[in-house]
Amino acid sequence: MITYEWLYALAGAAFALWALLSVRERRWGNAGFWALLAASFLLGSHVSDLMNGLLVLAMVAIAGGGGLTRSDPPTTTPQERQLLSERLGNRLFLPALVVPLIAVAGTLLYNYTPFSETGLFEARRETLILFGVGVVAALMSAIAWLRPPLLAPAEEGRRLLDSIGWAAILPQMLAALGAVFALAGVGEIIGSLAGDIIPRGSVFLTVVVFALGMALFTVIMGNAFAAFPVMAAAIGIPLLVQQYGGNPAVIGAVGMLAGFCGTLLTPMAANFNIVPAALLALKDQHGVIRQQIGTALPLLVCNIVIIYVGAFLLWN
Amino acid sequence: MSYWPLLGIAIVVVGFALRFNPLMVVVGAALATGVLAGFDLVAVIKALGKAFNDNRYITVTWIILPVIGLLERNGLQQRARAVIEGMRGATMGRLLVAYLALRQLTSALGMKDIGGHPQAVRPLVAPMAEAAAIKNHGDLSEEDRDKIKAMAAATDNVGLFFGEDIFFAIASILLIQGVFESAGYPMTPLQLSIWAIPTAICAFVIHGGRILAFDRRLGRARP
Repeated sequence: MITYEWLYALAGAAFALWALLSVRERRWGNAGFWALLAASFLLGSHVSDLMNGLLVLAMVAIAGGGGLTRSDPPTTTPQERQLLSERLGNRLFLPALVVPLIAVAGTLLYNYTPFSETGLFEARRETLILFGVGVVAALMSAIAWLRPPLLAPAEEGRRLLDSIGWAAILPQMLAALGAVFALAGVGEIIGSLAGDIIPRGSVFLTVVVFALGMALFTVIMGNAFAAFPVMAAAIGIPLLVQQYGGNPAVIGAVGMLAGFCGTLLTPMAANFNIVPAALLALKDQHGVIRQQIGTALPLLVCNIVIIYVGAFLLWN
Repeated sequence: MSYWPLLGIAIVVVGFALRFNPLMVVVGAALATGVLAGFDLVAVIKALGKAFNDNRYITVTWIILPVIGLLERNGLQQRARAVIEGMRGATMGRLLVAYLALRQLTSALGMKDIGGHPQAVRPLVAPMAEAAAIKNHGDLSEEDRDKIKAMAAATDNVGLFFGEDIFFAIASILLIQGVFESAGYPMTPLQLSIWAIPTAICAFVIHGGRILAFDRRLGRARP
């Protein structure tokens, strides 16, 4: 049976290669960070929880100490890229399309044909495993087609990875935070508090509080990802899913999108809202946010309606 | 019941708001929450290590970077620009609506780096929108020009945010999966990402409608 461990071996190998390439450039912080992440993927299932915990603390120490820097591996010049793009045309999009095609078509084929009876994939893990298959297939076909230098795919990947930096593990860390919240009983505490504030049994009002909370926390923190474990532990899971029996898929997915409405409204999300105003030399630093208010607010209302209808009216 | 574990939530909110390194904020909040709930520090570090390890699949998505990087090396961004330039000649409203659709569709297919503010909005979408508006509505005040450029940037954000979650192998979808799985509700990424579609349609209708109304308003202002 193919499990996540296969995928983790693949990812571990990729991060190990990126760590080695960083060593070659004497970027010790990057090398250490990506090597620790590679160790987590390759060995995480075989070492103790305490070892994994110490590994997390070590990675955070490197990131918090400013140890990660952007890298600048050798690549093509803008002029070369212009010429190549004219020669290769729209075919350049094809390798990128291979990935979702294999993952989605593969999932459907696996689940709706007798294939699923073979038990080839670990239950519920087939899509992400097929994503890995799609990436390998896309990479192989792109290499066969474009014939880059041997190390070019790894170096181009490292250029992108180092531009993301420590943010690459932030979602995983936030999910871990959600698990610690669950362990510490944060949901039960808030559930008991909210029970006093929200009229008992008012599903719609609770949906409104959940969606507004996602948007508001995102406005304050500038990051919907950070708001998500908080609001899921506070209201989404204990009240909407457990008490009222809502559909967890809708509550999770559309709850996150309610948070994205908050991202459109906040100067804290500088990369999206403040940096473009500067890039475009706008007189008003908040000009981009001003143009987004009229979309974000009605869309937030849409999200509330979608959660209420999708997670409760259609589900029960 | 003790309310002290809620301090962890406050640490996340304040830490992000004060712009501390987010990884340190999150780990600090996790350790504080666990200790305040009555666990000893080593037990909390163990729990954090186990939870981090259990959620490794969220970070797996980066293995796509060599594919994207290799395509960029061969002119992917330049090709995307050529597609956007092909929209020249349209009115400002139609141009931005077409860009919104392009950004939503490519993000939904996992190509969220096609577009973006430095790569596409500043060099291409904003100047093209401004030029199209001037062509149709005559000379515009600096205030109106700024509004057009801001609308171009807003369109990029809306297209990205409400397209990307349709792609299942993206951090936000897997984060949702991880948080719900830790709480005892296992789901698949496709089960979640399919629910991004209704909001994506609403976003296209609302923002597209606002763009067209904005274009009409500019026309009425100077007949």
